[in-house]
Amino acid sequence: MPQLKLKVNGQAHSVELEPNVTLLDALRERLGLVGTKKGCDFGQCGACTVLVDGRRVLSCLSLAMMHANAEITTIEGVATNGSLHPLQQAFIEHDAFQCGFCTSGQIVSALGLLNEGHAHTDGEIREAMSGNLCRCGAYSNILAAVRQEVRRAGI
Amino acid sequence: MQAFDLLQPTDTGEALKLIAQTQDAAFIAGGTNVVDLMKCGVTSPSTLVDITRLPLDSIEVNSKHIRIGALVRNSDVAQHPDVIESFPMLSRAFLAGASPQLRNMATVGGNVLQRTRCPYFRDPAAACNKRHAGDGCDAFEGYHRMHAILGTSDACFATHPSDAAVALVALDAIVDIQSSSGSRRISLDEFYTLPGETPAIENDLKPGELIVAIEIPRGRAHRHSTYLKVRDRASYEFALVSVAAGLEFDGDRIDAARIALGGVGTIPWRARGAEEALVGTSGDSAYEKAAEIALKHAIPRRDNAFKVELAKRAIVRALEMVRQGQ
Repeated sequence: MPQLKLKVNGQAHSVELEPNVTLLDALRERLGLVGTKKGCDFGQCGACTVLVDGRRVLSCLSLAMMHANAEITTIEGVATNGSLHPLQQAFIEHDAFQCGFCTSGQIVSALGLLNEGHAHTDGEIREAMSGNLCRCGAYSNILAAVRQEVRRAGI
Repeated sequence: MQAFDLLQPTDTGEALKLIAQTQDAAFIAGGTNVVDLMKCGVTSPSTLVDITRLPLDSIEVNSKHIRIGALVRNSDVAQHPDVIESFPMLSRAFLAGASPQLRNMATVGGNVLQRTRCPYFRDPAAACNKRHAGDGCDAFEGYHRMHAILGTSDACFATHPSDAAVALVALDAIVDIQSSSGSRRISLDEFYTLPGETPAIENDLKPGELIVAIEIPRGRAHRHSTYLKVRDRASYEFALVSVAAGLEFDGDRIDAARIALGGVGTIPWRARGAEEALVGTSGDSAYEKAAEIALKHAIPRRDNAFKVELAKRAIVRALEMVRQGQ
């Protein structure tokens, strides 16, 4: 079986993987990083969002073997030394979730949004977060949390 | 997803050699369409040739055209300063498609090749002439609200799903193709094939060929342009109707026009008759006439008849937006 070197949240891993293993399954099933969620598994819900070299992508439609040498960030890598990222704190302050299943995808997607720097107004934030569905309908509070972090970060 | 081999060449010549030598192989880049359809069981190549390591990911700009490497990601085209300035309809079309995550993955070359979202095509248990010639089509009797009204046949009326390709067709884009035996260029408009009796054939790309770049000339009516997309929700949804429109004025008079439609055609639909009707006119009254001409040959069916009127109104609105500089 092919050997793959994956760098996740700053840590190097070496795993044996078949080519048909998605990045999502590699993270969850092989590395035990189950914070990234499998929602639809067809690229339609955004629950599996991770950052690859700082850009948000869907790990369910990515083949793990195509991401050797990439810097992958999952929800487990967002807090530093036990302190929540201000965006995570904003999600708590604004009660930006109900069941929580979509939340890791929402937060990682919003980090991608912050890196991109194109979303400023409420309309732009909504548009830029449209790839992350929330079946509980916590959208208005998700918007409030992301808006707070966009303002705080001065984007 | 079924098992397959993955080959990862680092230069284009090597990739073309591998695809020519390997039975039942397909290219993969962004993977947003290929992996999805493999998971659905619609396609099952035994080998994938990963082309993401090839040097086809740059945008070249000069006074005559812009040349976009096949591996440039949709989001990078949309945000490119020259695309925003000189081809606004293209930037807007890219931003209207899919979600930010998918746009960060999907490539320009893959975008123009993407397969239809027809639910019967995506379901191997359903009858689909596009998947298996002669099987019939469950969409005619079934759910076809999203289906095409232009360029349809008795075998297939599945809609081409791309937004960007609609703008690219309007902009007279050229597809640059390479294979192990040489290279060729073809206009994107001519590249697409109507379904006719053979809906499995969607374009002119032959086995062993690879799109290496898309080139867009700096034509008239490209700069004053927009992309209007009408859909069931505000974002992250395929078009019911979309319009790529561009106008060039000489005073009040329209000197050149570009119109292409999405969501209504089996291929990205260039409305040349409507363009011709606009040239030489002034004022808004010509817009409605052009819209009538664009939809003259539409074939509405039970659930998608609303698209005829919706498309006409979208054309008029898109042209008004361009005239008003929106």
